[in-house]
Amino acid sequence: MSNLQVSVYRYNPETDSAPYMQEFQVDTKGRDLMVLDVLHLMKEQDSGLAYRRSCREGVCGSDGMNMNGKNGLACITPLSDVVKNNKLTLRPLPGLPVIRDMVVDMGLFYKQYERIQPYLQNDTPAPAIERLQSPEERDKLDGLYECILCACCSTSCPSFWWNPDKFVGPAGLLQSYRFLADSRDTATRERLTSLEDPFSVFRCRGIMNCVAVCPKGLNPTRAIGKIREMLLADAT
Amino acid sequence: MVTNITSFGRSGLSDWLMQRVSAVILALYTVFVVAYLLFNPNLDYYTWSGLFEQTWMRIFSLLAFVSIAAHAWIGLWTVTTDYLKSTRLRVGAQTLIILAIFVYLVWGIQILWGA
Repeated sequence: MSNLQVSVYRYNPETDSAPYMQEFQVDTKGRDLMVLDVLHLMKEQDSGLAYRRSCREGVCGSDGMNMNGKNGLACITPLSDVVKNNKLTLRPLPGLPVIRDMVVDMGLFYKQYERIQPYLQNDTPAPAIERLQSPEERDKLDGLYECILCACCSTSCPSFWWNPDKFVGPAGLLQSYRFLADSRDTATRERLTSLEDPFSVFRCRGIMNCVAVCPKGLNPTRAIGKIREMLLADAT
Repeated sequence: MVTNITSFGRSGLSDWLMQRVSAVILALYTVFVVAYLLFNPNLDYYTWSGLFEQTWMRIFSLLAFVSIAAHAWIGLWTVTTDYLKSTRLRVGAQTLIILAIFVYLVWGIQILWGA
């Protein structure tokens, strides 16, 4: 009686000509399981089901997926949060090429991340011990450094769907601002110059899907706004 | 840095700023014209053409025309880059849009300043 109806996206490019939805009946024994636990129970029924997972506690960012239409991490999403009318539909993250079932090719996502040069750049001589920050300077990085690159935000963003090769996407831009805001980074001007074209930052239309889905509660839209402010201050 | 040659200002930052400034100008112009029509319920040709003979009104109108041209270019250019994936189709649409904007702008100036 506590059987949950689960509909899962299946696609194996080696054997299937087109993707299809497979129906599962999962006995949750009345417990409010995490969606990832349900995937494990389905894998017991069909060992061919492919999905990514690792830490199973919302730290590694491997199991980002679309659950009943909303992106999130399967491991920290309880059934009570997403299931409606005893039905659960699972699809891979939207907009990225599917390798197999729930596993997507994150190549474009990582390429955009790489493009914003996600590392400290400092051309001043290194001090004897370390580059110090004041507590206030360190505070500016809160809400930025916590991103685990699960891609839930970027793959819920229509601007990223249409132009994943040109628009950096919310995840990349949050990290871009993380380095723009860092008092120890001296490449601010170069970073800003590489972002002022009509696509990289400005394709953001501020619809805030990224904010609505971020499993870590971060706010990429605010970071994008800050980048715009920095660009404007630098160029006017 | 992504290169582009058909966007209005060739820069995302300048397009973004221009879109906002032109939106404010268009909002002011719309509010003014609507208010003028509301406060002049029995509007006749002479009052209406008299309004457009004032230099300040002509400058205000021309400003609104230029604003709508820039605003439309930036907005529609964005739409074409989002939805038209075939280069031939996209460049064709962008050319048509820019030509139409140019024609409307010149036509508007002629109505405003001509005769």
